[in-house]
Amino acid sequence: MIETKDLHFTYPNGVEALRGLTVTIRDGEFVAIMGQNGAGKTTLVKHFNGLLKPTRGQVLVDTLDVTKTSIAKLSRNVGFVFQNPDHQLFSETVEEEISFALRNFGFNEDVVENRVTWALNLLSLTQYRKTSPFVLSGGERKRVALASVLAWDPKTLILDEPTIGQDYQQKEKLRQFIMQMETQEKTVIIVSHDVEFVAECNPRVILMQAGETIADGEARRILSDPGTLAEASVIPPQIAQIFIELGGQLPKLNLPKQTIDLYEAREKIRKILAGKT
Amino acid sequence: MAIIETQDLTYTYSGAAKPSITDVSMRIEQGEFTLITGPSGCGKTTLCRCFNGLIPHFYQGELKGKILTNGLNVAEHPTHELAKHVGLVFQNPENQLFALSVEKDVAFGLENLGVPRQEMRRRVDEAMKITETYDLRDRPPHELSGGQQQRVAIASVLAMQPEVIVLDEPTSFLDPLSAKKIFEVIYNLNRTMAITVILVEHRLDLTAKYASHIIVMNEGKVALDGNPHEVLRSQDALLIGIGVPKATRLFELLSMDGVNLSGTIPLSSEEMTTMLKEVLTHR
Repeated sequence: MIETKDLHFTYPNGVEALRGLTVTIRDGEFVAIMGQNGAGKTTLVKHFNGLLKPTRGQVLVDTLDVTKTSIAKLSRNVGFVFQNPDHQLFSETVEEEISFALRNFGFNEDVVENRVTWALNLLSLTQYRKTSPFVLSGGERKRVALASVLAWDPKTLILDEPTIGQDYQQKEKLRQFIMQMETQEKTVIIVSHDVEFVAECNPRVILMQAGETIADGEARRILSDPGTLAEASVIPPQIAQIFIELGGQLPKLNLPKQTIDLYEAREKIRKILAGKT
Repeated sequence: MAIIETQDLTYTYSGAAKPSITDVSMRIEQGEFTLITGPSGCGKTTLCRCFNGLIPHFYQGELKGKILTNGLNVAEHPTHELAKHVGLVFQNPENQLFALSVEKDVAFGLENLGVPRQEMRRRVDEAMKITETYDLRDRPPHELSGGQQQRVAIASVLAMQPEVIVLDEPTSFLDPLSAKKIFEVIYNLNRTMAITVILVEHRLDLTAKYASHIIVMNEGKVALDGNPHEVLRSQDALLIGIGVPKATRLFELLSMDGVNLSGTIPLSSEEMTTMLKEVLTHR
């Protein structure tokens, strides 16, 4: 469980990035943090593995106070994949990149081998095993960074903008993978601008603006509320836009407002047409 | 006239086992808004590097076939000459901006070309006004938000007055509202100034509605090429696995269910809303 209590953080240059944020993320939850550039999303998640320490307030990770726990200890349980993979990658080959942390955590060589093979396969990177990460495309480097964290099987996974540069199929794989993590009771926290991806995943959404949370709840509720979204510079996904717009123009139909899923939208429209003709 | 044309273009990066693009023949007409999409690693970025001569002049590798930009054979003209015709905007504006003020960044390319001072002043001001960065002109780019930075990057390309602007996933680091603003700036350049726009994007939900032409690449080849309304409804588009907009998918699903929706296939939520309103009102 991750808990922040009245969390404040001010960067050395005086920028107040977090202004008294209190949030609880339970084990096994899937959470998407959304909001404007500069709202404090990345600053917040950097507290979860001790990369940043609170200026004021408290952050507890599995009841451990992050100010009193080493990053090494925190990171065994909390894996962090950065927005820009180039901030993370440094090895000569993809294989070495993925095995680096595993060796650091002291896994046996045969475990290392198994985990590397598993992670490469999971992220469609097997063909690049012996390749340098730096000749890969941006989307591929992003997957190498993800593979290197998944390999050590942390209990909590933080993904900062995981869909950048990923094509539709890779996003779909990522979504299925996150669902799989959910069934294993792992906690997954993503920071994302990708409303369509978040709508497909339907996680709990925490909406941030200027260092505070302005909404917190089920994706279908948050992503179908254009007023609150606008405060955080987020636009509803296409399906929600269609239902909001139709609901406004045809109030007599009593269209269900909180619709963000394609197949649900299809069913609802079919029902209305079938029932009334 | 085709402003960009490739003929049987095959390119292999130095040291690579196989070509990144194979036998690509395509045409982009002046004034079009072209969307280039396809699975990652399909050769989109490689193709765009050909348009302004980064390939073959900057990257080492083997080039077969021909690239014509504004009628110029790219292999025979240096990049600084091609830069007057084709401007490039990258994914992450941090990789593109470096000066101490917005204004200096926007002026940089013109200084290099030796454009006279008065002319430079005029072009820099105009580019900043179009991209709504004029009020930021004295600010250091690295202190701006991601959306503002990307608009500065577009301004610095615009000041060069290219006929073509190529943008490689220009909004993937931006929040949805800033992204929308960037796409609207680009769309306006295309509509009001007739600048040819080539946009590389995975997120068709946000961009398909602006496009007049779409090229779908797959495994180094052009798989689909044509009008977005036709290309995006094809089964091939789904099979290749590109992110067909949800509005388009909803139209397809309801059509399969026998719902009679009239008009051309929608690419945006606005178009789909209008169609559904029609059906729901006259049922």
